[in-house]
Amino acid sequence: MVGLVVVSHSARAGEGIVEVAAEMGGDTRIEAVGGDGQGGIGTVPDDIETALESADDGDGVVVLVDLGSAVMNAEVAIETSDVEAVIADGPVLEGAVNAAVAATDPSATLESVREQAEAARDIDKL
Amino acid sequence: MNADGQAVVAAVESVAERIEAERDHLTDLDSAIGDADHGGNMARGWAEAADAVGDLEDPDPATVVKTTGKTLMSEVGGASGPLYGGSLVFASAELEDGIDAESAVAFAETYLEKVEDRGDARVGDQTMVDALTPAVHTFKKSVETDDLGPLEALAKAVDAAERGVAFTVPIRASKGRASYLGWRSVGHQDPGATSTLFIMEELLATAADHLGADVPDVDATSPTIPDEDPEE
Repeated sequence: MVGLVVVSHSARAGEGIVEVAAEMGGDTRIEAVGGDGQGGIGTVPDDIETALESADDGDGVVVLVDLGSAVMNAEVAIETSDVEAVIADGPVLEGAVNAAVAATDPSATLESVREQAEAARDIDKL
Repeated sequence: MNADGQAVVAAVESVAERIEAERDHLTDLDSAIGDADHGGNMARGWAEAADAVGDLEDPDPATVVKTTGKTLMSEVGGASGPLYGGSLVFASAELEDGIDAESAVAFAETYLEKVEDRGDARVGDQTMVDALTPAVHTFKKSVETDDLGPLEALAKAVDAAERGVAFTVPIRASKGRASYLGWRSVGHQDPGATSTLFIMEELLATAADHLGADVPDVDATSPTIPDEDPEE
């Protein structure tokens, strides 16, 4: 099953997003990671790498990211890690919800879950 | 004893001291247009890097640079980690056969490419790329075309970086946190370009010290403006 990692500058925001996504995500493994490791705002590549390992059961991981350094540090973590992982270029919360649902599809692949996460860019709210 | 390796250790220590001394200055620049973490993040990262390279036993230059980069990547906790640290790790491969003018140019070019690639930034985006690009181009030209010595080439590169920092002030940010401000970013000096200049100034000072020479008094444009009219 494809796993998910949510990377936010704020550890609490990451956990909150996972909380929302998990409601729809059944057995999907979703890991939140965020914060600068010192209790402040930021992202740390080593922490993201650890989250990738926790979320992976062999089928790969789709990574949802918020701003700037979350993207760059997720890229660094993916380059360093042995886990097959891709970043979804979409909104972090809506993308996580979409991806969590997509991952519960028995025929889901890394690519199909990423596509669904990125489709969240087109969600109309009004 | 690897003398060049020791010189790079000394350079990392000088950078750490300088960034610590400029911590509030960098934070003030970042408070105006960003998230106010540049001074603190960089000071913490470089202090840890100085400790880490100080613990290495007779390292070669590439090992010092790689260790510095890895430490910045794990300690900085923001975009500066992958940008400064990740690029140092990547570019350190160019120094594996030691530091000379040729490998220093390759290192500088590779570092710039990685920063541009990772940050998806180009000249004019109001980022560290605005200081780095003229510096790297000036360094390469000084070494490869003007046949200048390494210290003079580096001194000219530092001057080019300083001009690049000034160039960030009147332009609008289109990358990084400052880009969220739109036109309000105009009139502000980019913190990343500024810290890049500080790092380069310390590299120059350490290199001069290592080579037992004074810092050359040159600017980036000096060889392209002839003293005399060639027609005369």
